[in-house]
Amino acid sequence: MIPNAQQFKRKSAAALADKPIQANLRGLYSGFHQARLAAGHATPDWEEMRDRGREIKTHTIRHLDHYLEQMADNVTKAGGKVFFASDAEAANRYVVGVARSIGARTVIKSKSMVSEETGLGARLEEVGIEAVETDLGEYIIQLADESPFHIIAPAIHKSRQEVADLFHDRFGTPRDRDREGLMAEARERLRDAFARAEMSVTGGNFMVADTGTLALVTNEGNGRMCTSMPRVHVAMVGMEKVIPSMADLGMFLKLLIRSATGQRPLSSYVTLVSGPRGADEEDGPEEFHLVIVDNGRSNLLADPELREALNCLKCGACLNACPVYRKVGGHVYGWVYGGPIGSILTPAMTDLAEARDLPYASSLCGACREACPVRIDIPRMLLHLRKQIAEGSPQSPSSKAPLVERLAFRLWSAAVRTPGAMRLASAFGRLFQAPLRRRGTLRWLPPPLGGWTRHRGFPALASKSFQDRWRDGLNDTDQAGRQP
Amino acid sequence: MALPSEEGDPAPRQREEDQPHRTGPVAASLFVTCIVDQFYPDVGESAVRVLRRFGVDVDFPESQTCCGQPAFNAGYTGLAADAALRTLEAFRGARYVVAPSGSCAAMVKVFYPELLRDDPAALAEARDLAARTYELSQYIVDVLGLPDHPHPFEGLRAGSSPLPSTERGLSVTYHEGCHLRRELGALTQPRELMRSLPDVALAEMEHPDECCGFGGTFSVKFADISGAMLSDKLDRIEATGADAVVACDSSCLMQIEGGLRKRGSAVRALHLAELLDSRAAFERVP
Repeated sequence: MIPNAQQFKRKSAAALADKPIQANLRGLYSGFHQARLAAGHATPDWEEMRDRGREIKTHTIRHLDHYLEQMADNVTKAGGKVFFASDAEAANRYVVGVARSIGARTVIKSKSMVSEETGLGARLEEVGIEAVETDLGEYIIQLADESPFHIIAPAIHKSRQEVADLFHDRFGTPRDRDREGLMAEARERLRDAFARAEMSVTGGNFMVADTGTLALVTNEGNGRMCTSMPRVHVAMVGMEKVIPSMADLGMFLKLLIRSATGQRPLSSYVTLVSGPRGADEEDGPEEFHLVIVDNGRSNLLADPELREALNCLKCGACLNACPVYRKVGGHVYGWVYGGPIGSILTPAMTDLAEARDLPYASSLCGACREACPVRIDIPRMLLHLRKQIAEGSPQSPSSKAPLVERLAFRLWSAAVRTPGAMRLASAFGRLFQAPLRRRGTLRWLPPPLGGWTRHRGFPALASKSFQDRWRDGLNDTDQAGRQP
Repeated sequence: MALPSEEGDPAPRQREEDQPHRTGPVAASLFVTCIVDQFYPDVGESAVRVLRRFGVDVDFPESQTCCGQPAFNAGYTGLAADAALRTLEAFRGARYVVAPSGSCAAMVKVFYPELLRDDPAALAEARDLAARTYELSQYIVDVLGLPDHPHPFEGLRAGSSPLPSTERGLSVTYHEGCHLRRELGALTQPRELMRSLPDVALAEMEHPDECCGFGGTFSVKFADISGAMLSDKLDRIEATGADAVVACDSSCLMQIEGGLRKRGSAVRALHLAELLDSRAAFERVP
């Protein structure tokens, strides 16, 4: 998918005005967010587990080359093929090559954010291969030709009626189909695709290096169908998804699933894949390919300030916790990852200048860090990206911040240099506010501050600052606080 | 405990083992913060009176201005570091630095050491200042300690209160500032102080930890998103039926009060310092 994060403000205004989207976003807080909190409370060693998860991920990312090599060796030993894809184009070309080599006409896909990054579905269709998403949410957004709205719930923004209308337009089903009816329709169509597909493409939630195992977490069973029914299975996985050992997998599955949906003990399906069907095995694919994708992740790895973002398990907890995401939804972020983590990944993996609104689209409240199972310090990284935009970075030394903003901060800096300068600036402020002041409040401010007064009054500068009050005798009040 | 001495005053609770045993009055320097200085000087006065009633010898280093957070949050770390260095200098030698703001206290305690990490001398001084700096409610509860009594302010007469003491008392709800909660980890201290006021009832709002939408320049750059976040917060505040919403940051209160006034709400926005100042003069009723 081609990143387009320049439209953040325009698109967020539209999302704010969209009542069905607002209603569905509210559900994330009462649903996933509360379920995560409940799951955390019900897990006795939850906080220790989060610390341990953070430690293991940090260690793994620091030794990423070692663990990826171990993973690749073990997959190869088990009879699988491994391909390291440096970018989206290389990954797609490899997958198309595999599909062509077996003459595949239909490829079924299990939910994979990496394949959304690379735009694999569209690429397969371009070369005449049918690509069918088999996760219900992904299936819906594929029919609607949209990108995922949420990392784990891609169609959460769509109401039943919107889905019914979509199915009506595509398949001629009645517009009044209820949820069960819509699911039955999708299931029937997907069963057909499962039966005719020669190849599947899945993502992967974890790559377990010491056994060469791929772990897939799903709730609909489509992942298991994809990994067992077609002749060929291709897994497309971000290179950060590796963990060292099978001994750690149980804990990471708990961290991921409890943070994502709150499900206990696990999601409906956890599928482990270690290579193609063995000589003594009854099912599984004839060929297994693991495509390990970089596609900009090296940018994160190379920057010690941003490396922590590679610890992300893609659980979506930070989206549900984020009061900004819950107002604007996932599409405004302009690429595949929305919410707080998207505001790091999109600028760092694609183009900082293009995505420069994203690091600012946060009140820095820290709810994301509080929710993150591995305690990724997202606010700190947002600040780092803001610094790169304001002051430039070694890669691009000039500031990308608007000139008026840079001048404003120079002025601010001069105004707070000394109490005298602040007094002077304050005197100017009081002069300008005089005509706007009504009972201690300014109801209107000129641009670029005008947005504030659209939603709230602004307090007038006090006629006498605390500094001045102190000088004029507050310091003489007695210990009981009475004026002398 | 340095309440005006009265017979029967309960002994102070020892909160922190490492707190020095005090012999005379404690000295603390007020870091009033620029927003209180320029927009809410009454909050600064309340903070001074409350601290003095606790027996604290309050002084006010007059060279202080702004902690630098606006520039820090906007990515102008060079300008923020200038402000940080000036703040270090202003509070050099202060035993305690107390700020009526979780956000500005967090800037000093948490972000100064990060901001100045490449300058060893400044870093050492920043760490030293960080250890001496407290948000007001944390300072009162963790350093001064409240009397070991379920209602330490019981029997104390309200001071020269700007808030009328209604017959049913005052009902308040508490908004957790993001920095106070998540950078300084203060969940209990403000609530403990409010609960210790005999005629104040705390009615918790739903999701008190949810951001009010202020976020500094965020509230101007993304004014409509910020306004939508504020609107949710105001709904939750009003749903409690409280007379006032209390917070420990004038920045949150600027946002919340501006929104309350805009929608014509009767709910008042109060800084914790103002509430404490209005409720208890720390004088026994004769």
